[in-house]
Formats: sequence, C-alpha cells, structure tokens
Amino acid sequence: MRAILLRLVGAIPTLFGVVLVTFLLTRVLPGDTATYFAGPTASPESIAQIRTSLGLDRPLPEQFWRYLVDLGHGDLGMSLTTGQPVKTELVNRLPASAELTLCGLLLAIGIAVPLGVLAAVRQGSLIDHACRVVATAGVSLPVFFTGLLLVYVFYFLLGWSPAPLGRLDAFASAPKQHTGFYLVDTLWAGDFETFRAAAAQIILPAGTLALFALAPIARITRASMLAVLGSEFIRTARASGLSGPTVVLTYALRNALLPVVTVLGMVFSFLLGANVLVEKVFAWPGIGSYAIEALIASDYAPVQGFVLTMAVLYVLLNLAIDLVNRAIDPRARRGA
Amino acid sequence: MSAVLRVQDLSVAFHTRGGVVRALDRVGFSLGAGETMALVGESGSGKSVTAYAIMGLLEAAGRVTGGQAWLGETDLLAADLSRIRGRRVAMIFQNPRAALNPIRAVGAQIADVLRRHGGASRFNAGARAIEALRAVGIPDPARRAKAYPFELSGGMCQRVMIAIAVAANPELLIADEPTTGLDVTTQAVVMDLIQAMAARTGMATILITHDLALAAERAQRIAVMHAGHVVEEADTATLLAQPRHPYTARLIAATPTAAGSLDDLQSVPGGLPDLRRDDTPPCRYAARCERRLASCDGALSVRALAPGHQVACTNPLEAAA
Amino acid sequence: MSAAQTSTFAHARYVLGENPVTLIAALLFAGYAAMAVLGPAIAPYDPLASDTMRALQAPTWAHVFGTDQLGRDILSRVIVAARVDLGIALASVVLVFAAGGLAGLAAGFFGGWVDAVVGRIADTIMAFPLFVLAMGIVAALGNTIPNIVLATAIINFPLYARVARAETMTRREAGFVDAARLSGHRDGALLVLQVLPNIMPIMVVQMSLTMGYAILNAAGLSFIGLGVRPPTAEWGIMVAEGAGFIVSGEWWIALFPGATLMLAVFCFNLLGDGLRDIADPRRRT
Repeated sequence: MRAILLRLVGAIPTLFGVVLVTFLLTRVLPGDTATYFAGPTASPESIAQIRTSLGLDRPLPEQFWRYLVDLGHGDLGMSLTTGQPVKTELVNRLPASAELTLCGLLLAIGIAVPLGVLAAVRQGSLIDHACRVVATAGVSLPVFFTGLLLVYVFYFLLGWSPAPLGRLDAFASAPKQHTGFYLVDTLWAGDFETFRAAAAQIILPAGTLALFALAPIARITRASMLAVLGSEFIRTARASGLSGPTVVLTYALRNALLPVVTVLGMVFSFLLGANVLVEKVFAWPGIGSYAIEALIASDYAPVQGFVLTMAVLYVLLNLAIDLVNRAIDPRARRGA
Repeated sequence: MSAVLRVQDLSVAFHTRGGVVRALDRVGFSLGAGETMALVGESGSGKSVTAYAIMGLLEAAGRVTGGQAWLGETDLLAADLSRIRGRRVAMIFQNPRAALNPIRAVGAQIADVLRRHGGASRFNAGARAIEALRAVGIPDPARRAKAYPFELSGGMCQRVMIAIAVAANPELLIADEPTTGLDVTTQAVVMDLIQAMAARTGMATILITHDLALAAERAQRIAVMHAGHVVEEADTATLLAQPRHPYTARLIAATPTAAGSLDDLQSVPGGLPDLRRDDTPPCRYAARCERRLASCDGALSVRALAPGHQVACTNPLEAAA
Repeated sequence: MSAAQTSTFAHARYVLGENPVTLIAALLFAGYAAMAVLGPAIAPYDPLASDTMRALQAPTWAHVFGTDQLGRDILSRVIVAARVDLGIALASVVLVFAAGGLAGLAAGFFGGWVDAVVGRIADTIMAFPLFVLAMGIVAALGNTIPNIVLATAIINFPLYARVARAETMTRREAGFVDAARLSGHRDGALLVLQVLPNIMPIMVVQMSLTMGYAILNAAGLSFIGLGVRPPTAEWGIMVAEGAGFIVSGEWWIALFPGATLMLAVFCFNLLGDGLRDIADPRRRT
C-alpha cells in the first residue's frame, strides 16, 4: 500500500511537466491571443480590455499560477463555438471515447496474446508466419484508412453493419446513465435490444482500433514467450514432468506477460491517438471528434483541454500498468 | 547387478546454420541402483547433451540419431517421457536461482510437482511441500515456502531444486553441475545433501561436472568425456590410479590436489575439434594427443581392459605396475 | 577499413539473399522515390484540373484510379502527393535525427546535468499520447506544413535521444574514447571524430524505422484537417475527401491514396527491419 502511494507521488513531476507543456502551448498561440478572442471587428480598446480580463498582461509565472488555480477548480475555459464550458463537454463525451478505446484494447489483447503464444509454442509453423505478417503489416495500417475499408465492406457491400454514425442508430434511445458505457448501461437496465444496437455500432470502430493495436501486442507476446520458453526455469519445469498446459500457461505465460504489460503503455499512447482518427471516421461523439471540430474552427480552449485530459489519462494508465506489473511480479512488489 | 540406466551407442546431432554438429558419438555407460557415477569433461564435451538426450529435453535443433537408453525395462528414447520425467528420472541444474520460476513461490513450485507425480491433492500439496522443504534441511520451511527465488540464497535455491527433484522418489537423479556458482562451503553441503537423499531412497545419481576432484570425492565410478565420446570409464580408484587414456591422464595432471603444489599443474593442450566437419577423425582427441599413431586414423573401438574399465584408445597408456 | 567494407557488403548481400522481402521493400522504395522526385512529370493529368463532367467516375483505362468529386484524376493526385507526404516525413526525420541525435550524444557523453535535462525533456514528451501531442503542437503553433514537420519531429525526439544516448554510453565505456582523450583530443573533437561515426549506422536504421511512423503521423494530421490543405494533393486529405463517398459506394476515391499510403509505410518498416539486420547482425530475429 505504501509502495502504491509512493508511485502516486512519483507521478506528480510527470503530471507537472504535462501541465506546464499544455500551458506553454496555450501561450504560444499564433498571433495575439487577445486579438483572436476579441474577434475580427474588435476595436483596440476592447482588445486591451480582453487582454486584461484574460490576465495576458501579467508576467508568465503569474499567468501559470492562475492557470494552475483554474485547473484546480476544474476550469478549462469556454468553447467559443458551443459557448459551453470545456470541462462539461469533455466529461459528457469522455465515456464514449473510453468505451471505444477499452473495447478496442480488449479485442486486441484477446486476439494478440493467444496468437503470440501459439506462434511461440509452434515456432516456424503456419500460425507463427501469420503472426509475423500481422505484426509487420499491422503497424503499417493507417487507422483512418482501415476504418473506411471496414465500413465499405461491412456496411456498403455486405450490409451487416449499421451506418457509421455514432454510438446508436436513430431509432434507439440512449440508456439511463450509470457508467456512461452504453454496453454496460444497457445490460444494467436489462435492455438487450439497445445493447445489441450499441454493440453493432461499436464493433467496427473497436475492430479498427484492435487491428491497429494487435501488431505490437502480438509481436511482444511472441518475442517474450520465445525468450521465456528458452529459459532455464522452463527447462526445470519440463524436467520435472509438469504437464504441457502447466508449463505453457502457469510457468511460461505468466512470466511472458511482464513485458507485454509494459508494452501496453506504448500501445495506449498509439491507441489514444488512433482513437481521434477513428472517432472522425465513425462520427463517434467522443472527446476526439470534439477536439477535431474545435481544431477546424480554430477554437483553442477545447483543444488544450483535450490534450491535457488525454495526457492526464495516459499518466494514470501508466500508473495502472505499473500496479498490474506489481501484482504479477513479486520482485517489483518486494524489491526496492 | 541390474542396471538402473543403460546407455548404448547414443548419438546426437544438432542442425545449425553452420552445418550438422555431431555432438555425441556412440556414447555408452551403465549405472547400478544406488550408485553414483560422474560424467567428467571440459565444457562442450557433451556431458549435458547426454543428460538432455536421456531426458528427452534436447532443444529443437537436436536429434538422437542412434543408440539406446534404457531406464530399467523402459526404452527412454521411445517412451512417453512426460510420465517418466520428474517421476522416475529427475534432474537438477547449475545456477539454481535461474532454474526456478522467478515469479512463483518456491512452495508452490514443489507443490506443482507433488500434485503431478506424488499423488498430492490441491488440499494437502501445500503441507507436503513444506515437509519436502524440511526434508532438504531448510530452516523455518513454512515461512520459506512463501518466498520467491530472488529472496533465497543460491544454496537455498539448490535445496529447493533438490526437493523438487526428489519429490516423487525417482530411481535416477541427474545432477548437472549442481555446485557450480555456489561458494565452497555451500558446495559441500549441497553435495552432502544429494548423497544423503540418494542413500535414503536408494536412487542412483549421475553427477555431471568439469571438476575431476569433485567427481573423485563423490562418485564410485567415473566416465570421462571428450568431444562427444566417452574416452574412458572405470571405478574411481582405478581411474585415478591407473588412467589408460592419454586425455584422462592429462585431466588428472590438470586437477589440483590437496597434496600437490600449483607448479605441478598442467593444462590440457589444444582445444575441442570442430564437430561440424565431415572429416572429423575417428578419435576426436587425436589432434591434441602426444601418443598419436598412424593407426589412430583407423576405426576407433572401445576396449575392456579389465571388468568395468573401458577405454577408447588405440594406443593406451601402460598400466602402472 | 576496406576489408571491413567488403565484409559489410558481403553481409548485406547475404541478408538480401536470405531475405527477399527486404529486396522487395528496396524496390518499392525506389518506386516511391521516383514518384517523389519526378512527380508532376510522370503524372498523366494535371492533379488540380477539375472537370465536373467527369466527376466520380470509377476506374477506367483513361483514369486508372478513377476521378474524384471534382473530376480530378486520382492517379495523378496520388503520384504528385508522394512528394508532399514523403517530403514532410523526411524533413521531420532529418530534423529529429539532428536534434535528438545531438541531444542524446551529449547526454551520453557528458552525463551529469546534461543527461538529466535531456532525460527530463524526453520523459515529458513521452508522458503524452504522441499523436495527441502533435495535434496540440500544431493547434498552438499554427496550422502550417512546417509546424507539422516540427510536431512530428518533436514526438520522435525521445526515441532518437535514447538510442543515441545508449549507443554513446556503450562506446564511451568501451574505452577507446578514453584512449583518444589521453592522446590529447578535446571533448568536441572526440564527439565528432570518435563517437559520431560509430553511432551513425544504428541512427540511420532508426531513421528508416521512423520514416513509416512519420508518414502515418503526417497523413493522420492532414486527415483531421491540419497542415496540408485542399486542393493540394496529399494522401491523408484524399482519404478524408473520399471518406464521405465510401458509404455511397464510391470506393476508389479513398482506396487508392489510402493503399498507396499504407504500402509506403509498410515499405519503410520492412526496409528498416532489413537495414537493422545488415547494421546489427546480432539482433536478427
């Protein structure tokens, strides 16, 4: 427990760095921020007034302090286009993005880990070659393009999927919100009809993300399984006559998962980025498409809020990965 | 005397990028119940490969290309080894800490083997693992059972390995350099423990070592290996007193003894031959040998010089008077 | 020296012979390079000339890749776009090669506070999801192509700095730098003369491996409307323009630029793997 707290404290400098960078990004906006906020028809007086009200006439450290104070109050500024506080919009849209990313990740892990394990156990076999092709081809896929391909095949050609327009089709109504995850909330309400509708909507975007995340996970699973299978303690386990499944699953896989879990950090970095593109392709109402809309409209507060949210999420995810590692590896648990 | 293990003409080849390595060539020896035999040789001489071939643990590139290995009435090269490994033949390794699963408590690792072979149930495996730890002399076994390998000393880890190996009362224990990397006092303790376990259960032991002095101290019989051949096999006293193969004699001269001075030590000249070549000579020691004759390039046969004393040499040393 | 070169060539030939995939990747690369260099000269039509009479035509012999919603020839646009996409990627990789490589070199060579500062910067960048950081940078600095290049370089900085640092440390510990210092070379001269040439091969491999990622990143940014703007032909934008037509079945508008993009990334990844095998035989998989 103390170790977990220490790790949390250890994340503070990283979080500070993230906040600082985000702040700096807001201050290097092209041109004069106040002029921009005032709009094209503003008089010099109103620009000066806005500058004062935004605190842009103060020295940078003081501006940073005020930025921190605002953040402490959860204030991420207002969106110019929607007139809503950025925080409200992000909080409303976050579950959609989180549900999509998690579904994509789970799908990828569910396919990639068994694939990597089989490839390592049957080295040189057909499945091994398949795994290597997937690992090389997968990292080359532009997600926005594979997403479109899937839409073309499964929506236009085969007609199996609903139109790629968000989380639910027009005829279904959103479930009562508990977690914000439609797949969970519909089950919670016992509404299987809507659950099926939500699942039908999410399967293509989640599949697109999974295709993308599959490659690094399969690659590292295969490599780390191969390394572990060649290690001395596996030889001991075999020499002790332990059964094949015990050797592969209890002895080899648990050890092989350590590097896999570590690599998940990198996979998340890619996934959170890919998520933005996939949300655009599938008109997914998450924080990614919110940021894109704002970007196009040169509405900067939402973009900065989005970048900060993503970065904080990513720091927290890395923290979670550390804790999972700790749960698997006694050396990390007890070691200094 | 009925043999626990009989190995005859065992040959093993490895298929590598650089060609086929004939790692073992017609290796043979046998071992009686309760007996301790040492396999001695330089690294790369094929001691460990012999053990792995018997256990069916050769890596994918290795193949048994000929010969036989019998454990009692069981043909080891044909049998389903998953029912034999750990139950009738067990093995311990050098570098015990790496030979144990780093993220599984040692008690659980012993329990895994007990459940597989020792008839232990999920409920009593834990308790029996603690008993096994006590039997190999680990103090406070109930607490140590929950420890991970990285929390134990090398000597402790080797005790755990021994507990795993003897869990199912095997007929044969193969100890592959069991004391390499341990400090000197621990080495003696570990060897004492192996011999005590062997004496108690009547299991035979193959001690694989590069250390002739250790073999002389612990084994009743010694088989000397060189480049995939067993060059000489005899009971320990005979082999040390009357080595007949030039390589054995060199090896003895290269081994420090309590009585001799360091100045008397001689290294064995030359290195192991390249076993990938098709023209590897019949006697693989020939290139290093000062007693080489023209007839050494002919077929190499194993000669019995006395009951239980074989040598693979065309021009053996004279027996000392 | 020449013996070493001969053996490198022999090794390269061996790797190419063993691994025909690398050879295919090298040929593909030559094709892309030709497209980028020759560009407009080999495009059959003017990539910007619209012809509404011919809008949205499926591939025909006259227009092998079909035409888009403005009647522009997609093949010509795909060819001309190569210079834009590869140019952005190459510029960013060269930039980060210089900046990240030097920073890593200095960090590994001097250690101490230099190492600490470079490490902190790299860690802070790595704390962001990289594509998201690139979005943020472009949004803040302005929606221009140079800023896309800069953003792509920045998100790759930690990777280059780390590789250069690790390689430099290895060389430094190998001792020959100390030997050179004893014989009177100054630090700057040591860095340039002794360390830099030694870490070059691994850095070049790194460049090839990150080219693919840089292309993906730049195309991704223009897909969401950053950087390159219509009507400029660029693969990411072309896919974005074709996206709206996918649901009505006009697949060719997005497919051809998308496939070209994918193949380019694939080609650079394979090439990087192959170069790594040549530069570092130990890491063969």
